Amino acid sequence: MEAIKTEKLVKKYKDKTAVKGLELTVYQGELYGLLGVNGAGKSTTIKMLSCLTQPTSGEAWVMGRSIKNEAEQVKAIMNVSPQETAVAAKLSVRENLEFIARIYGCNKKESKEKARKMIEDFSMEEIAKCRAATLSGGWQRRLSIAMALITQPDVLFLDEPTLGLDVLARRELWKYIEELKGKMTIILTTHYLEEAESLCDRIGIMARGALCAEGTAEELKTKANTNDFEEAFITIAGENTK
Amino acid sequence: MRTITFASRNTKEITRDILTLIFGIAFPLILLLLLSAINKAIPRGYGPTNFQIQYLAPGITVFGLSFLSLFSSMLIAKDRTTGFVLRLFTSPLRPSEFILGYTMPMIPIALTQSTVCYLCALFLGLPFSANLLAAVAVNIPIAIVFIALGLMFGSVLSEKAVGGICGALLTNLSAWFSNIWFDTSMVGGAFETVSNILPFSHAVKAAQAAAAGDFGAIFPELWWVVAYAVVLTAAAVAVFAVKLKKN
Repeated sequence: MEAIKTEKLVKKYKDKTAVKGLELTVYQGELYGLLGVNGAGKSTTIKMLSCLTQPTSGEAWVMGRSIKNEAEQVKAIMNVSPQETAVAAKLSVRENLEFIARIYGCNKKESKEKARKMIEDFSMEEIAKCRAATLSGGWQRRLSIAMALITQPDVLFLDEPTLGLDVLARRELWKYIEELKGKMTIILTTHYLEEAESLCDRIGIMARGALCAEGTAEELKTKANTNDFEEAFITIAGENTK
Repeated sequence: MRTITFASRNTKEITRDILTLIFGIAFPLILLLLLSAINKAIPRGYGPTNFQIQYLAPGITVFGLSFLSLFSSMLIAKDRTTGFVLRLFTSPLRPSEFILGYTMPMIPIALTQSTVCYLCALFLGLPFSANLLAAVAVNIPIAIVFIALGLMFGSVLSEKAVGGICGALLTNLSAWFSNIWFDTSMVGGAFETVSNILPFSHAVKAAQAAAAGDFGAIFPELWWVVAYAVVLTAAAVAVFAVKLKKN
């Protein structure tokens, strides 16, 4: 089943077209990597699919629900971990998690239980009572991702999830994302190409607001006639950015 | 339920910023003490009527509430500058739930501020009476007016700009046109007309009437303020909804 489908999706900002007629299909349970150089249209695409901004034209469906006409239903079944760390500064780690669980409809008992589970899964026991503002950048990012996962969304958008994390924390997060595979549909944007290659079932490369290539990491390497994924990305993205 | 959850988060954000909270409650008290001292220094019969404690105390309680604009605008503007707002905007919260959630925590602050002001006024010679409870309650509509104004400005302006608009301009405007510091009818003309159109002087007159136990005089004035509260809250929801869509 299709988890995400876009049809001629366009987003214009005044005289600039950020996304040009995007045709994208992501299947349920898939971990789909969306790659592209800066300004390729990845973030705008995610913003439209997560109902943060309305498309100028075209349509998209998340789990069969229109992002234009059924935004409220779409918001209830998906969650986002934005590129910027997105935590409430004066709330503790536990309070942040419980807060998100509750605005997505959990009762007090459920939200406490889910927060406890996320704290355990993300090894945040020692900082559970600390206010988010006092945490290091790495811990804040980890909390931000846990806040996106606590609602157990059908579709999860991870926008540059490992940005600013050290190597160990990044690898730990990769492990966690791997474990989520098949349990939910994940759209991952990243500039770390090894991350996309290692984690994603399929990868789409965007350039100038459109999808210019799509496939598994191996298929993209074959397409670019190289054994190195970074080379493949440079070849495909470079050709389409000229 | 979502609104209450969001309101609870906002209450924590406000009450954990103790300095701002103390400043908001203490500033009107300092004004009350200063103006009462000035009034006492003026020979009896020569001072302005406005500075007599039975008029001054209700006036200061209304003026003190203008700081709620600063609180609410800073809260919403601060949220907008962080990635946290993206999380909120992608959640199932509706614009009306956002505005209610931002408004609800401010009401107890407004009630506390007015109560503390009247308690202080008792020590300055205001006669104790149960009418003061009514005077505190009568301030709720003007509190909502100030909160809604703050939320509107906070939805569109930066954190820095709302400091100027709500912290300086709005507090000054509400002071000039409120009849607290001077009788606007003495200025007359357009100034008096503007003062009568805006809700501030009506709120002060309603509070003064309630504190004096003149209940018949409350409602003609209070309806004016209630209408502003309803319209401005609806406007804040609309502005927020537009902002949400234009994000």
